[in-house]
Amino acid sequence: MTPSLEAYVMLSAALFAVGFLGVLVRKNTLVIYMCLELMLVAATLALVAFSHFNGTLDGDVFVFFILTVAAAEVAVGLAIIVALFRARKTVRVDQLDSLKH
Amino acid sequence: MPAGATRGPKMEQIAFTCLSVLALASAFGMVLSKNAVNGAMCLLLCLAAVAGLFVQLHAYLLAFVLVLVYAGAVVALFLFIIMLLDMQGGQTWRLRGLDLFAAAVVAALLITGLNLLAIRGRLESAPATGHSVGSSLKLYSYQLFTTYLLPVQVMGFLLLIAMLGVIVLSRRNERQEDSK
Repeated sequence: MTPSLEAYVMLSAALFAVGFLGVLVRKNTLVIYMCLELMLVAATLALVAFSHFNGTLDGDVFVFFILTVAAAEVAVGLAIIVALFRARKTVRVDQLDSLKH
Repeated sequence: MPAGATRGPKMEQIAFTCLSVLALASAFGMVLSKNAVNGAMCLLLCLAAVAGLFVQLHAYLLAFVLVLVYAGAVVALFLFIIMLLDMQGGQTWRLRGLDLFAAAVVAALLITGLNLLAIRGRLESAPATGHSVGSSLKLYSYQLFTTYLLPVQVMGFLLLIAMLGVIVLSRRNERQEDSK
């Protein structure tokens, strides 16, 4: 049998959960950012699966826009991280606690 | 459905299983690897697997764009920044306080959702209408230039603003360092 819609949705949920786990347990800002990207890709996988099983193209076009925005977002986010590193000399979130004290 | 007809449903199931196992394993590899460069490589593998799944879903253009934009540009950018900042490993692995609470809430939500999915039975999924590659591309461009014309223009402005933002972000810091 061909893979069902449930299989795709469950895989997407699992990928999202793994990405969220990474965001919670890692302390390196860049790795956290990579995990955020993984969560975004998991969401796009669900969108493409729904679009395919619905027989429409709307979800695919939406994913097209998401990919465009994600590329711009990565560029801006990495620029912010580099600026942060220049200002504070670290990218570990447990050392970036100025607002806490 | 040209791909399904030539490969057969069983092959499709096997390919789906292999690709999903590869995606999940490389996602775990990214989360668990001590070295950030290894993490970026695992992300690359995971994106390749997801692109394979897109091909299985007959979203050929999206698979191409995913490989081109994500695997080509984004991961390369990540690797540049990782090497530029030259960070070393060594991280703590404890979940505590708010982190533990957030993890529990999200895990509960996901499990509830998947349980509802399992209880309700199959999602209503019509048999997919197969498009060949050419007609799909034609449909894409038709949609982009009719229904989604305004989002396309807004996206262009967004890319321009993002580019300007990155230039401003990196220039202001240079000036600050010069003045010091």
